[in-house]
Amino acid sequence: MSPDILQAIVLTIITAATPLLIAALGELVVERSGVLNLGVEGMMIIGAVTGFGAAQLTGSPWAGVLAAIVCGALFSLLFGFLTLTLATNQVATGLSLTLLGLGVAGMVGERFVGLPGVKLGTLDIPLLSDIPLIGKLVFGQDPIFYMSVALAIGVWWFIFRTRAGLTLRAVGDNHGSAHALGINVIGVRYLAVMFGGACAGLAGAHLSLVYIPQWVEGMTAGRGWIALALVVFASWLPWRVVVGAYLFGAVTIAQFHVQAQGLGIPSQFLSALPYLATIVVLVLISSNRRMTMRNTPASLGKPFVPER
Amino acid sequence: MIRIELDRRPQHSTLFSILSPFIAVVITALIGALMFAMLSKSPITGLYAYFIEPLTEVWSLHELIIKATPLILIAVGLSVCFLSNNWNIGAEGQFVMGAVAGSILPVLYPEITGPLVLPMMLLMGLAGGMAWATIPAFLKARFGTNEILSSLMLVYVAQLFLDWLVRGPWRNPEGFNFPETRSFHADAVLPEMMSASGRAHFGFVFAILAALVVWFMLAQTLKGYEIRVLGASPRAGRFAGFSQRRMVFFAFLLSGALAGLAGIVEVSGAIGQLRPSISPGYGFTAIIVAFLGRLNPFGIVAAGLILALSYLGGEAAQISLGISDKVANVFQGVLLFSVLACDTLIRYRIRIVRPKPQPAPEPEAVKARLEAAQ
Repeated sequence: MSPDILQAIVLTIITAATPLLIAALGELVVERSGVLNLGVEGMMIIGAVTGFGAAQLTGSPWAGVLAAIVCGALFSLLFGFLTLTLATNQVATGLSLTLLGLGVAGMVGERFVGLPGVKLGTLDIPLLSDIPLIGKLVFGQDPIFYMSVALAIGVWWFIFRTRAGLTLRAVGDNHGSAHALGINVIGVRYLAVMFGGACAGLAGAHLSLVYIPQWVEGMTAGRGWIALALVVFASWLPWRVVVGAYLFGAVTIAQFHVQAQGLGIPSQFLSALPYLATIVVLVLISSNRRMTMRNTPASLGKPFVPER
Repeated sequence: MIRIELDRRPQHSTLFSILSPFIAVVITALIGALMFAMLSKSPITGLYAYFIEPLTEVWSLHELIIKATPLILIAVGLSVCFLSNNWNIGAEGQFVMGAVAGSILPVLYPEITGPLVLPMMLLMGLAGGMAWATIPAFLKARFGTNEILSSLMLVYVAQLFLDWLVRGPWRNPEGFNFPETRSFHADAVLPEMMSASGRAHFGFVFAILAALVVWFMLAQTLKGYEIRVLGASPRAGRFAGFSQRRMVFFAFLLSGALAGLAGIVEVSGAIGQLRPSISPGYGFTAIIVAFLGRLNPFGIVAAGLILALSYLGGEAAQISLGISDKVANVFQGVLLFSVLACDTLIRYRIRIVRPKPQPAPEPEAVKARLEAAQ
């Protein structure tokens, strides 16, 4: 394999992995606060449609990115209000966020079908992007890739190296004690949920502004759910989310290359690979119970109602 | 800032248990009216076109029953899952696999005819959905794998499998290359109930039967008690000697079988052949049906009819108001949100807390004057 082809493959893997990475990092913070938001798919598609729409209207992809982040965060507030203020079941509420998001995005996006998109171009860092082989890979990417790298480092640093991160983990591990210590449990969780929404929105914008610069109905195609699985895969550790996202990016891209080889395998079977891989990975992770249990936030999924 | 505070009720409010689905429907209608206004359509015309118009004609009542059939069948199964705390989110995939398995006879062996074909198809549909549901159940029981994610991933796999079948090996040889199977022959089609007035088929009878059987099981048998105990408190269930592992299989297999039955009923009753897409998301909408029906089979029958109306209304609104038929999915999402929000009223008393006005600190000048006056 020539270096050029190898470089091209790695580039596509990175592009496929970036939205998964961003959405999963957001959800990781949400789950570290003890909230399980299954609405990632819905928030992501809201980000994709608003990102595409805002970029269309203004002609600036950056406006699209901003709109996606803001709308993702606002949309997650719906989930936050129900689960945090009204203490509803988080699983059911997250599901309804996904259903609602898919519906709203389909309705809003109908007028965008078939329109040419505004692509967010690559941001080549001068000189560094001219380094052979790795130059284009590391320093010639789209801006959202750089954000994903910053996000991965930022989330790790925040969770394990800051006082606020410690508070977040305390809230996620034992909301009763955190409340007794005077921490505003609900407030912390609202912030975490909105952060997750903003990340999912950004991930959606990557899909409709970088990955496929177009609006296609249902274009998230289960990526939000794969991001949720990644958080479990990573056993709630940011660096493992990075590894997992790139593994999944590789699986997603591998199917295209196998298809191009013309081995006669039906394309549908290859398209099913990322979903099957998700299941396999979940099985492998969950069968090692000790590893999963160690980092699972103990209050995950439990509603918190302060006693008065 | 005005805050909302929750006070736990000593016991669940019976009043709100009954009222909450109705309040949820009203809230959804209000939000719908607001949405129509924002789309600059008259809210009254919009709501009428959406919720009332489909009920004014007989043929459309038949369509309502056709759409409600899969929703009720799937949701009745899901209610057993949700009550026992098993989150089967993959009914859509089980529906597809039921449709595929049930179609083996009419598609691959069209020469086999006779009165036995249909019962065989229904049984195979049942088995197909059940087999697909066995996968997440086995993974959960054996490895502790999260069933929400595994059952959901299998939806995408099932849809791709169906897509491959109808474009590849099962494609109709005389179908001008359309991605669809041959049309089912007369013996493989579920008969209509009252063919003079519309196309509603006997699938609805299965849906009602399923609701009756599951209601009986839940309300009258030890199994129903076991489902509730294991759902409410797995620990208590273990002490009572109930096996959580076996309950996982029971709930998933039952709901998978009903979703599979819904699949073959839809294909042989309403569509008459396999296509790349055979469901407008019945498996997901059934989740809403289950919750709106308060996980009670009779409630689910009513909720299934209401959600079926949302599909018809979506089509009607598209024709008469020119808005996207995706509005149906928006209504469904809003409805589930409202149902969940209203259920809070059952468990909690809601208090809206206004901040007490803070006494303004006395300005120094006033203090000084007061002192001077003394």
